[in-house]
Amino acid sequence: MKMENIIEIKKVSYEYTEEERIFAAVKDINLNIERGSFTVILGHNGSGKSTLAKMLNGLKRPTFGDVIIDGINTKDEEKELEIKRKVGMVFQNPDNQLIASIVEEDVAFGPENLGLSPAEIRVRVDDALKSVGMYEFRKSTPHRLSGGQKQRIAIAGIIAMQPDCLVLDEPTAMLDPKGRAEIIDTLIKLNKEKNITVILITHYMEEAEKADRVVVMNDGEIIADGLPAEIFENVSLLKSVGLDVPQTTELLYALKQKGFRVKTNVISIKETAASIAAALGSEEK
Amino acid sequence: MLKDITFGQYYESNSLLHRTDPRAKIVLMILLIVFIFLAKNLFALLFATACVGCIALISRVPFRLYIKNMKAILPVLIFTAVINLFYGDGGRILLEVWKLRITTGGIYNSVFMALRIVLLIFMSSVLTYTTTPNDLTDAIESLLSPLKFVGLKGAVHTLAMMMTIALRFIPTLIEEAEKIMNAQKARGADLESGGLVDRVKALIPILIPLLISSVRRAYELAEAMECRCYNGGEGKTRMKQMHLSNTDFLVSAAAIIMCAGIIILNILL
Repeated sequence: MKMENIIEIKKVSYEYTEEERIFAAVKDINLNIERGSFTVILGHNGSGKSTLAKMLNGLKRPTFGDVIIDGINTKDEEKELEIKRKVGMVFQNPDNQLIASIVEEDVAFGPENLGLSPAEIRVRVDDALKSVGMYEFRKSTPHRLSGGQKQRIAIAGIIAMQPDCLVLDEPTAMLDPKGRAEIIDTLIKLNKEKNITVILITHYMEEAEKADRVVVMNDGEIIADGLPAEIFENVSLLKSVGLDVPQTTELLYALKQKGFRVKTNVISIKETAASIAAALGSEEK
Repeated sequence: MLKDITFGQYYESNSLLHRTDPRAKIVLMILLIVFIFLAKNLFALLFATACVGCIALISRVPFRLYIKNMKAILPVLIFTAVINLFYGDGGRILLEVWKLRITTGGIYNSVFMALRIVLLIFMSSVLTYTTTPNDLTDAIESLLSPLKFVGLKGAVHTLAMMMTIALRFIPTLIEEAEKIMNAQKARGADLESGGLVDRVKALIPILIPLLISSVRRAYELAEAMECRCYNGGEGKTRMKQMHLSNTDFLVSAAAIIMCAGIIILNILL
Protein backbone atom coordinates (compact mmCIF):
# COMPACT_ATOMS: atom_id res chain seq x y z
CA MET A 1 0.00 0.00 0.00
CA LYS A 2 1.35 3.36 -0.99
CA MET A 3 1.40 5.77 1.91
CA GLU A 4 -0.02 9.19 1.30
CA ASN A 5 1.48 12.30 2.88
CA ILE A 6 -0.94 14.26 5.05
CA ILE A 7 1.57 17.02 5.73
CA GLU A 8 4.23 18.25 3.35
CA ILE A 9 6.73 20.80 4.61
CA LYS A 10 8.63 22.25 1.69
CA LYS A 11 11.74 24.37 2.22
CA VAL A 12 10.17 26.11 5.18
CA SER A 13 11.90 28.87 7.12
CA TYR A 14 10.46 31.03 9.85
CA GLU A 15 12.03 34.32 10.80
CA TYR A 16 11.15 36.86 13.44
CA THR A 17 12.57 40.20 14.43
CA GLU A 18 13.52 41.11 17.93
CA GLU A 19 15.24 44.37 18.79
CA GLU A 20 15.74 45.02 15.07
CA ARG A 21 17.64 41.82 14.49
CA ILE A 22 16.35 38.96 12.42
CA PHE A 23 16.33 35.52 13.98
CA ALA A 24 15.50 32.29 12.18
CA ALA A 25 13.59 29.86 14.38
CA VAL A 26 13.22 27.33 11.58
CA LYS A 27 15.75 27.03 8.77
CA ASP A 28 14.89 25.55 5.39
CA ILE A 29 13.16 22.40 6.58
CA ASN A 30 11.79 19.66 4.34
CA LEU A 31 9.62 17.04 6.00
CA ASN A 32 6.75 14.81 4.93
CA ILE A 33 4.39 13.17 7.39
CA GLU A 34 2.58 10.03 6.27
CA ARG A 35 -1.10 9.62 7.00
CA GLY A 36 -1.71 7.38 9.99
CA SER A 37 1.88 7.55 11.26
CA PHE A 38 3.12 8.36 14.76
CA THR A 39 6.02 10.79 14.56
CA VAL A 40 7.97 12.22 17.47
CA ILE A 41 9.86 15.46 17.03
CA LEU A 42 12.63 15.70 19.61
CA GLY A 43 14.47 18.84 20.42
CA HIS A 44 15.78 20.97 23.21
CA ASN A 45 14.26 24.32 24.19
CA GLY A 46 14.84 26.80 21.41
CA SER A 47 15.38 24.17 18.75
CA GLY A 48 12.48 25.56 16.73
CA LYS A 49 10.19 22.61 17.35
CA SER A 50 7.32 24.68 18.78
CA THR A 51 7.53 27.15 15.91
CA LEU A 52 7.41 24.25 13.49
CA ALA A 53 4.35 22.87 15.33
CA LYS A 54 2.50 26.17 15.08
CA MET A 55 3.13 26.25 11.35
CA LEU A 56 1.37 22.90 10.96
CA ASN A 57 -2.12 24.36 11.40
CA GLY A 58 -1.63 27.92 10.28
CA LEU A 59 -1.20 29.54 13.72
CA LYS A 60 2.08 30.73 12.25
CA ARG A 61 2.75 31.00 8.54
CA PRO A 62 6.21 30.28 7.12
CA THR A 63 8.35 33.24 6.08
CA PHE A 64 9.68 31.18 3.17
CA GLY A 65 8.46 27.89 1.74
CA ASP A 66 5.11 26.14 1.98
CA VAL A 67 3.27 23.93 4.41
CA ILE A 68 0.71 21.77 2.61
CA ILE A 69 -1.97 20.08 4.71
CA ASP A 70 -3.86 17.40 2.80
CA GLY A 71 -3.43 19.40 -0.41
CA ILE A 72 -4.21 22.81 1.13
CA ASN A 73 -1.52 25.46 1.54
CA THR A 74 -1.64 27.07 5.00
CA LYS A 75 -1.17 30.43 3.30
CA ASP A 76 -4.69 30.14 1.90
CA GLU A 77 -6.51 32.34 4.42
CA GLU A 78 -9.95 31.34 3.21
CA LYS A 79 -9.29 27.72 4.18
CA GLU A 80 -8.04 28.68 7.66
CA LEU A 81 -10.87 26.98 9.54
CA GLU A 82 -10.66 23.87 7.39
CA ILE A 83 -6.94 23.55 8.13
CA LYS A 84 -7.52 24.00 11.87
CA ARG A 85 -10.22 21.33 11.70
CA LYS A 86 -7.90 18.91 9.90
CA VAL A 87 -4.91 19.48 12.16
CA GLY A 88 -5.84 19.68 15.82
CA MET A 89 -3.34 21.12 18.26
CA VAL A 90 -2.77 20.45 21.94
CA PHE A 91 -0.48 22.66 24.03
CA GLN A 92 1.66 22.35 27.10
CA ASN A 93 -0.55 23.78 29.85
CA PRO A 94 -3.93 22.04 30.09
CA ASP A 95 -5.28 24.84 32.32
CA ASN A 96 -4.94 27.36 29.52
CA GLN A 97 -6.75 25.26 26.94
CA LEU A 98 -9.99 24.44 28.69
CA ILE A 99 -12.78 26.94 28.17
CA ALA A 100 -15.84 25.68 30.02
CA SER A 101 -16.15 24.67 33.65
CA ILE A 102 -17.93 21.43 32.88
CA VAL A 103 -15.91 18.72 31.12
CA GLU A 104 -18.49 17.74 28.48
CA GLU A 105 -19.27 21.36 27.65
CA ASP A 106 -15.60 22.02 27.12
CA VAL A 107 -15.27 19.07 24.75
CA ALA A 108 -18.36 20.36 22.91
CA PHE A 109 -16.72 23.75 22.27
CA GLY A 110 -14.93 22.69 19.05
CA PRO A 111 -17.89 20.89 17.43
CA GLU A 112 -20.17 23.79 18.46
CA ASN A 113 -17.88 26.18 16.60
CA LEU A 114 -18.13 23.93 13.55
CA GLY A 115 -21.88 24.51 13.62
CA LEU A 116 -22.91 20.87 13.94
CA SER A 117 -26.36 19.78 15.07
CA PRO A 118 -26.89 19.26 18.84
CA ALA A 119 -27.44 15.52 18.36
CA GLU A 120 -24.23 15.15 16.32
CA ILE A 121 -22.26 17.15 18.91
CA ARG A 122 -23.58 14.90 21.70
CA VAL A 123 -22.43 11.76 19.83
CA ARG A 124 -18.99 13.23 19.11
CA VAL A 125 -18.48 14.46 22.68
CA ASP A 126 -19.38 11.09 24.20
CA ASP A 127 -17.22 9.30 21.67
CA ALA A 128 -14.22 11.61 22.22
CA LEU A 129 -14.47 11.31 26.01
CA LYS A 130 -14.63 7.52 25.77
CA SER A 131 -11.60 7.40 23.49
CA VAL A 132 -9.46 9.22 26.07
CA GLY A 133 -11.00 7.26 28.95
CA MET A 134 -12.62 10.26 30.63
CA TYR A 135 -16.29 9.48 29.96
CA GLU A 136 -17.15 8.95 33.62
CA PHE A 137 -15.84 12.45 34.40
CA ARG A 138 -18.08 14.18 31.82
CA LYS A 139 -20.08 16.10 34.44
CA SER A 140 -17.03 16.97 36.52
CA THR A 141 -15.26 20.31 36.64
CA PRO A 142 -11.70 20.63 35.25
CA HIS A 143 -10.15 22.20 38.36
CA ARG A 144 -10.92 19.09 40.38
CA LEU A 145 -9.02 16.84 37.96
CA SER A 146 -5.33 15.94 37.84
CA GLY A 147 -3.00 17.43 35.23
CA GLY A 148 -2.98 14.24 33.18
CA GLN A 149 -6.77 14.07 33.26
CA LYS A 150 -7.08 17.73 32.24
CA GLN A 151 -4.71 17.15 29.35
CA ARG A 152 -6.79 14.15 28.24
CA ILE A 153 -9.87 16.43 28.26
CA ALA A 154 -7.94 18.90 26.09
CA ILE A 155 -7.14 16.03 23.68
CA ALA A 156 -10.80 14.96 23.70
CA GLY A 157 -11.78 18.54 22.83
CA ILE A 158 -9.66 18.26 19.68
CA ILE A 159 -10.69 14.67 18.86
CA ALA A 160 -14.36 15.76 18.94
CA MET A 161 -13.66 17.88 15.85
CA GLN A 162 -12.56 14.64 14.12
CA PRO A 163 -9.19 15.89 12.88
CA ASP A 164 -7.02 13.84 10.53
CA CYS A 165 -3.91 14.81 12.38
CA LEU A 166 -3.12 15.61 15.99
CA VAL A 167 -0.14 17.83 16.82
CA LEU A 168 0.90 17.98 20.47
CA ASP A 169 3.40 20.60 21.58
CA GLU A 170 5.07 19.24 24.73
CA PRO A 171 1.79 17.96 26.18
CA THR A 172 3.55 16.20 29.04
CA ALA A 173 5.98 18.93 30.11
CA MET A 174 3.86 20.01 33.09
CA LEU A 175 2.74 16.55 34.16
CA ASP A 176 3.99 14.02 36.70
CA PRO A 177 5.28 10.62 35.47
CA LYS A 178 1.84 9.04 35.90
CA GLY A 179 0.17 11.80 33.90
CA ARG A 180 2.82 11.50 31.21
CA ALA A 181 2.24 7.77 30.86
CA GLU A 182 -1.54 8.38 30.60
CA ILE A 183 -1.05 10.82 27.74
CA ILE A 184 1.36 8.62 25.80
CA ASP A 185 -0.93 5.59 26.17
CA THR A 186 -3.90 7.67 25.00
CA LEU A 187 -1.96 8.88 21.95
CA ILE A 188 -0.87 5.38 20.98
CA LYS A 189 -4.47 4.19 21.32
CA LEU A 190 -5.82 7.05 19.19
CA ASN A 191 -3.17 6.39 16.54
CA LYS A 192 -3.85 2.65 16.38
CA GLU A 193 -7.63 2.58 16.85
CA LYS A 194 -8.78 5.74 15.11
CA ASN A 195 -5.93 5.92 12.64
CA ILE A 196 -5.24 9.54 13.57
CA THR A 197 -1.85 10.82 12.46
CA VAL A 198 0.04 11.87 15.59
CA ILE A 199 2.91 14.34 15.75
CA LEU A 200 4.28 14.52 19.26
CA ILE A 201 6.75 17.27 20.07
CA THR A 202 8.75 16.67 23.19
CA HIS A 203 12.12 16.73 24.82
CA TYR A 204 11.60 13.47 26.68
CA MET A 205 13.28 10.72 24.68
CA GLU A 206 11.39 7.97 26.52
CA GLU A 207 8.24 9.15 24.82
CA ALA A 208 9.71 8.43 21.41
CA GLU A 209 10.10 4.73 22.14
CA LYS A 210 6.81 3.59 20.59
CA ALA A 211 6.83 6.01 17.65
CA ASP A 212 7.10 4.96 14.01
CA ARG A 213 9.61 7.66 13.35
CA VAL A 214 11.76 10.11 15.30
CA VAL A 215 12.90 13.48 13.98
CA VAL A 216 15.56 15.32 15.97
CA MET A 217 15.76 19.10 15.70
CA ASN A 218 18.47 21.45 16.79
CA ASP A 219 18.87 25.16 16.13
CA GLY A 220 16.02 25.24 13.60
CA GLU A 221 17.29 22.32 11.55
CA ILE A 222 16.58 18.61 11.32
CA ILE A 223 19.74 16.77 12.37
CA ALA A 224 18.44 13.21 12.47
CA ASP A 225 15.42 11.35 11.13
CA GLY A 226 14.73 7.64 11.45
CA LEU A 227 13.34 4.75 13.46
CA PRO A 228 13.45 5.17 17.27
CA ALA A 229 16.03 2.41 17.68
CA GLU A 230 18.33 3.98 15.07
CA ILE A 231 18.11 7.39 16.68
CA PHE A 232 18.69 6.12 20.22
CA GLU A 233 21.86 4.36 19.18
CA ASN A 234 23.43 7.69 18.41
CA VAL A 235 23.90 8.74 22.03
CA SER A 236 26.73 11.17 21.42
CA LEU A 237 24.68 13.10 18.84
CA LEU A 238 21.66 13.36 21.16
CA LYS A 239 23.84 14.49 24.03
CA SER A 240 25.54 17.07 21.86
CA VAL A 241 22.21 18.80 21.23
CA GLY A 242 21.34 18.86 24.92
CA LEU A 243 18.74 16.09 25.01
CA ASP A 244 18.40 13.99 28.12
CA VAL A 245 19.20 10.45 27.17
CA PRO A 246 17.18 7.84 29.11
CA GLN A 247 19.15 6.23 31.93
CA THR A 248 18.85 2.81 30.30
CA THR A 249 20.33 4.02 27.03
CA GLU A 250 23.05 5.86 28.89
CA LEU A 251 23.97 2.73 30.86
CA LEU A 252 24.18 0.60 27.70
CA TYR A 253 26.20 3.28 25.97
CA ALA A 254 28.66 3.41 28.85
CA LEU A 255 28.94 -0.39 28.90
CA LYS A 256 29.56 -0.49 25.18
CA GLN A 257 32.32 2.08 25.46
CA LYS A 258 33.96 -0.13 28.08
CA GLY A 259 34.02 -2.97 25.58
CA PHE A 260 30.89 -4.94 26.48
CA ARG A 261 28.97 -6.24 23.48
CA VAL A 262 25.54 -4.93 24.45
CA LYS A 263 22.72 -4.02 22.08
CA THR A 264 22.29 -0.26 22.37
CA ASN A 265 19.16 0.20 20.28
CA VAL A 266 16.78 -0.64 23.12
CA ILE A 267 15.14 1.65 25.62
CA SER A 268 12.78 -0.14 28.02
CA ILE A 269 14.13 -1.41 31.34
CA LYS A 270 13.17 -4.98 30.48
CA GLU A 271 14.97 -4.98 27.12
CA THR A 272 17.97 -3.30 28.68
CA ALA A 273 18.20 -5.99 31.34
CA ALA A 274 17.90 -8.66 28.64
CA SER A 275 20.59 -6.97 26.59
CA ILE A 276 22.98 -6.80 29.54
CA ALA A 277 22.22 -10.39 30.52
CA ALA A 278 22.90 -11.54 26.96
CA ALA A 279 26.19 -9.64 26.86
CA LEU A 280 27.28 -11.06 30.23
CA GLY A 281 26.31 -14.56 29.08
CA SER A 282 28.45 -14.32 25.98
CA GLU A 283 31.28 -12.81 27.99
CA GLU A 284 31.45 -15.83 30.31
CA LYS A 285 31.66 -18.35 27.50
CA MET B 1 -7.95 33.27 53.44
CA LEU B 2 -8.71 32.97 49.75
CA LYS B 3 -10.40 29.61 50.13
CA ASP B 4 -13.36 31.34 51.79
CA ILE B 5 -14.28 33.04 48.55
CA THR B 6 -17.10 31.08 47.02
CA PHE B 7 -18.48 31.82 43.64
CA GLY B 8 -21.98 30.67 43.06
CA GLN B 9 -23.61 28.89 45.92
CA TYR B 10 -25.18 25.98 44.14
CA TYR B 11 -26.60 23.38 46.51
CA GLU B 12 -26.81 19.91 44.95
CA SER B 13 -30.27 18.39 45.17
CA ASN B 14 -33.00 17.15 42.88
CA SER B 15 -35.96 19.27 43.91
CA LEU B 16 -38.68 20.56 41.62
CA LEU B 17 -36.91 23.93 41.54
CA HIS B 18 -33.56 22.37 40.65
CA ARG B 19 -35.21 20.79 37.65
CA THR B 20 -36.90 23.98 36.52
CA ASP B 21 -35.51 25.69 33.42
CA PRO B 22 -33.03 28.37 34.60
CA ARG B 23 -34.57 30.92 32.21
CA ALA B 24 -37.99 30.37 33.76
CA LYS B 25 -36.45 30.71 37.22
CA ILE B 26 -34.83 34.06 36.42
CA VAL B 27 -37.99 35.53 34.89
CA LEU B 28 -40.24 34.26 37.68
CA MET B 29 -37.87 35.48 40.36
CA ILE B 30 -37.90 38.99 38.91
CA LEU B 31 -41.69 38.83 38.61
CA LEU B 32 -42.16 37.74 42.23
CA ILE B 33 -39.77 40.40 43.52
CA VAL B 34 -41.72 43.07 41.65
CA PHE B 35 -44.97 41.81 43.15
CA ILE B 36 -43.49 41.64 46.64
CA PHE B 37 -42.77 45.35 46.26
CA LEU B 38 -46.29 45.93 45.01
CA ALA B 39 -47.81 44.43 48.16
CA LYS B 40 -49.39 47.42 49.87
CA ASN B 41 -50.82 46.06 53.06
CA LEU B 42 -49.62 43.68 55.73
CA PHE B 43 -51.96 40.89 54.67
CA ALA B 44 -50.68 40.90 51.11
CA LEU B 45 -47.11 40.90 52.42
CA LEU B 46 -47.83 38.09 54.87
CA PHE B 47 -49.32 36.11 52.02
CA ALA B 48 -46.14 36.75 50.02
CA THR B 49 -44.09 35.65 53.04
CA ALA B 50 -46.02 32.39 53.22
CA CYS B 51 -45.48 31.85 49.49
CA VAL B 52 -41.74 32.51 49.74
CA GLY B 53 -41.61 30.15 52.72
CA CYS B 54 -43.23 27.44 50.62
CA ILE B 55 -40.78 28.08 47.76
CA ALA B 56 -37.85 27.76 50.17
CA LEU B 57 -39.28 24.47 51.47
CA ILE B 58 -39.78 23.10 47.94
CA SER B 59 -36.16 23.98 47.06
CA ARG B 60 -34.96 21.36 49.63
CA VAL B 61 -32.07 23.63 50.50
CA PRO B 62 -31.29 23.52 54.26
CA PHE B 63 -32.78 26.50 56.04
CA ARG B 64 -29.48 27.41 57.68
CA LEU B 65 -28.06 28.26 54.27
CA TYR B 66 -30.77 30.89 53.79
CA ILE B 67 -30.06 32.20 57.28
CA LYS B 68 -26.37 32.40 56.36
CA ASN B 69 -27.20 34.70 53.44
CA MET B 70 -29.44 36.75 55.71
CA LYS B 71 -26.59 37.33 58.15
CA ALA B 72 -24.58 38.96 55.38
CA ILE B 73 -27.17 41.70 54.93
CA LEU B 74 -28.02 42.07 58.62
CA PRO B 75 -26.47 45.57 58.89
CA VAL B 76 -28.54 46.81 55.94
CA LEU B 77 -31.61 45.21 57.45
CA ILE B 78 -31.10 46.86 60.85
CA PHE B 79 -30.34 50.22 59.24
CA THR B 80 -33.53 50.11 57.16
CA ALA B 81 -35.61 49.06 60.13
CA VAL B 82 -34.26 51.81 62.37
CA ILE B 83 -34.65 54.56 59.77
CA ASN B 84 -38.20 53.53 58.99
CA LEU B 85 -39.03 53.45 62.67
CA PHE B 86 -39.05 57.25 62.65
CA TYR B 87 -40.79 57.68 59.35
CA GLY B 88 -44.17 56.33 60.23
CA ASP B 89 -46.93 58.86 60.62
CA GLY B 90 -50.22 58.14 62.23
CA GLY B 91 -50.97 55.78 65.02
CA ARG B 92 -50.37 56.22 68.71
CA ILE B 93 -47.22 57.99 69.88
CA LEU B 94 -45.23 55.56 71.95
CA LEU B 95 -42.07 57.49 72.62
CA GLU B 96 -40.97 61.01 71.96
CA VAL B 97 -37.40 62.20 72.32
CA TRP B 98 -36.58 65.67 71.06
CA LYS B 99 -37.88 65.81 67.46
CA LEU B 100 -37.89 62.03 66.96
CA ARG B 101 -41.02 60.16 67.75
CA ILE B 102 -41.81 56.50 67.49
CA THR B 103 -45.38 55.72 66.62
CA THR B 104 -47.27 52.47 66.05
CA GLY B 105 -47.30 53.51 62.40
CA GLY B 106 -43.51 53.69 62.50
CA ILE B 107 -43.19 50.22 63.95
CA TYR B 108 -45.56 48.93 61.27
CA ASN B 109 -43.47 50.63 58.57
CA SER B 110 -40.22 49.34 59.98
CA VAL B 111 -41.41 45.71 60.14
CA PHE B 112 -42.94 46.04 56.68
CA MET B 113 -39.74 47.29 55.07
CA ALA B 114 -37.51 44.77 56.83
CA LEU B 115 -39.77 41.92 55.80
CA ARG B 116 -39.64 43.06 52.18
CA ILE B 117 -35.85 42.95 52.19
CA VAL B 118 -35.81 39.54 53.84
CA LEU B 119 -38.15 38.22 51.14
CA LEU B 120 -36.01 39.76 48.42
CA ILE B 121 -32.88 38.02 49.71
CA PHE B 122 -34.78 34.76 50.08
CA MET B 123 -35.93 34.88 46.47
CA SER B 124 -32.52 35.57 45.03
CA SER B 125 -30.99 32.90 47.31
CA VAL B 126 -33.47 30.35 45.98
CA LEU B 127 -32.25 31.12 42.46
CA THR B 128 -28.54 30.85 43.25
CA TYR B 129 -28.91 27.76 45.46
CA THR B 130 -30.89 25.82 42.87
CA THR B 131 -29.04 26.84 39.69
CA THR B 132 -25.42 26.15 38.74
CA PRO B 133 -23.36 29.16 37.60
CA ASN B 134 -23.10 27.56 34.17
CA ASP B 135 -26.85 27.24 33.84
CA LEU B 136 -27.23 30.85 34.95
CA THR B 137 -24.80 31.94 32.25
CA ASP B 138 -26.62 29.94 29.58
CA ALA B 139 -29.96 31.30 30.76
CA ILE B 140 -28.74 34.90 30.65
CA GLU B 141 -27.39 34.36 27.14
CA SER B 142 -30.69 32.84 26.06
CA LEU B 143 -32.78 35.57 27.70
CA LEU B 144 -30.68 38.30 26.11
CA SER B 145 -30.78 36.67 22.68
CA PRO B 146 -33.63 38.92 21.43
CA LEU B 147 -31.02 41.73 21.47
CA LYS B 148 -29.61 40.06 18.34
CA PHE B 149 -32.43 41.58 16.36
CA VAL B 150 -31.47 45.11 17.34
CA GLY B 151 -27.94 44.65 16.05
CA LEU B 152 -26.29 43.49 19.28
CA LYS B 153 -25.65 39.91 18.16
CA GLY B 154 -21.92 40.01 18.83
CA ALA B 155 -22.41 41.66 22.19
CA VAL B 156 -24.66 38.91 23.56
CA HIS B 157 -22.27 36.18 22.49
CA THR B 158 -19.24 38.09 23.81
CA LEU B 159 -20.91 38.62 27.18
CA ALA B 160 -21.78 34.93 27.49
CA MET B 161 -18.26 33.88 26.44
CA MET B 162 -16.77 36.26 29.01
CA MET B 163 -18.93 34.85 31.78
CA THR B 164 -18.07 31.28 30.80
CA ILE B 165 -14.33 31.98 30.77
CA ALA B 166 -14.52 33.93 34.04
CA LEU B 167 -16.28 31.03 35.76
CA ARG B 168 -13.75 28.61 34.38
CA PHE B 169 -10.72 30.67 35.48
CA ILE B 170 -11.78 31.81 38.95
CA PRO B 171 -10.60 28.60 40.68
CA THR B 172 -7.42 28.54 38.58
CA LEU B 173 -6.54 32.11 39.49
CA ILE B 174 -7.35 31.59 43.18
CA GLU B 175 -4.96 28.64 43.17
CA GLU B 176 -2.33 30.75 41.46
CA ALA B 177 -2.79 33.66 43.89
CA GLU B 178 -2.26 31.26 46.77
CA LYS B 179 0.94 29.95 45.21
CA ILE B 180 2.25 33.47 44.70
CA MET B 181 1.33 34.43 48.27
CA ASN B 182 3.19 31.44 49.63
CA ALA B 183 6.18 32.23 47.42
CA GLN B 184 6.25 35.83 48.66
CA LYS B 185 5.81 34.74 52.27
CA ALA B 186 8.73 32.37 51.84
CA ARG B 187 10.74 35.42 50.76
CA GLY B 188 9.74 37.22 53.94
CA ALA B 189 6.72 39.19 52.76
CA ASP B 190 4.48 40.20 55.66
CA LEU B 191 0.87 40.13 54.52
CA GLU B 192 -1.02 39.98 57.76
CA SER B 193 0.13 42.77 60.01
CA GLY B 194 0.23 46.54 59.85
CA GLY B 195 -2.42 49.09 59.10
CA LEU B 196 -4.66 49.29 56.09
CA VAL B 197 -2.09 51.15 53.96
CA ASP B 198 0.64 48.62 54.80
CA ARG B 199 -1.62 45.73 53.91
CA VAL B 200 -2.63 47.24 50.59
CA LYS B 201 1.04 47.87 49.82
CA ALA B 202 1.83 44.26 50.71
CA LEU B 203 -0.65 43.12 48.08
CA ILE B 204 1.26 44.74 45.22
CA PRO B 205 3.92 41.98 44.98
CA ILE B 206 1.05 39.49 44.72
CA LEU B 207 -1.13 41.33 42.25
CA ILE B 208 1.59 42.13 39.72
CA PRO B 209 2.77 38.53 39.14
CA LEU B 210 -0.88 37.46 39.07
CA LEU B 211 -1.69 40.06 36.44
CA ILE B 212 1.30 39.12 34.28
CA SER B 213 0.46 35.45 34.44
CA SER B 214 -3.19 36.17 33.60
CA VAL B 215 -2.15 38.01 30.47
CA ARG B 216 0.03 35.07 29.48
CA ARG B 217 -2.84 32.68 30.14
CA ALA B 218 -5.17 34.83 28.06
CA TYR B 219 -2.74 34.70 25.16
CA GLU B 220 -2.42 30.92 25.33
CA LEU B 221 -6.16 30.49 25.74
CA ALA B 222 -6.79 32.62 22.65
CA GLU B 223 -4.49 30.38 20.62
CA ALA B 224 -6.15 27.25 21.96
CA MET B 225 -9.58 28.68 21.10
CA GLU B 226 -8.39 29.50 17.61
CA CYS B 227 -7.20 25.90 17.24
CA ARG B 228 -10.70 24.80 18.10
CA CYS B 229 -12.11 26.73 15.16
CA TYR B 230 -13.49 29.59 17.26
CA ASN B 231 -14.26 32.58 15.11
CA GLY B 232 -16.25 34.87 17.33
CA GLY B 233 -19.35 32.76 17.60
CA GLU B 234 -20.44 33.00 14.00
CA GLY B 235 -22.45 29.95 12.98
CA LYS B 236 -21.96 28.44 16.42
CA THR B 237 -24.46 25.84 17.59
CA ARG B 238 -25.07 24.54 21.10
CA MET B 239 -24.90 20.98 22.34
CA LYS B 240 -27.24 21.65 25.24
CA GLN B 241 -30.64 22.83 24.11
CA MET B 242 -32.97 24.27 26.70
CA HIS B 243 -36.55 23.12 26.43
CA LEU B 244 -39.47 24.24 28.52
CA SER B 245 -41.09 21.19 30.10
CA ASN B 246 -44.26 20.55 32.09
CA THR B 247 -42.31 21.28 35.27
CA ASP B 248 -41.65 24.81 34.02
CA PHE B 249 -45.31 25.43 33.22
CA LEU B 250 -46.32 24.13 36.64
CA VAL B 251 -43.80 26.37 38.42
CA SER B 252 -44.83 29.36 36.27
CA ALA B 253 -48.51 28.78 37.02
CA ALA B 254 -47.77 28.63 40.75
CA ALA B 255 -45.78 31.88 40.57
CA ILE B 256 -48.57 33.65 38.69
CA ILE B 257 -51.13 32.49 41.29
CA MET B 258 -48.88 34.00 43.99
CA CYS B 259 -48.72 37.32 42.13
CA ALA B 260 -52.49 37.29 41.65
CA GLY B 261 -52.96 36.55 45.36
CA ILE B 262 -50.90 39.61 46.31
CA ILE B 263 -52.95 41.85 44.01
CA ILE B 264 -56.27 40.49 45.27
CA LEU B 265 -55.25 41.04 48.89
CA ASN B 266 -54.08 44.54 47.95
CA ILE B 267 -57.50 45.38 46.56
CA LEU B 268 -59.69 43.60 49.11
CA LEU B 269 -58.03 44.74 52.30
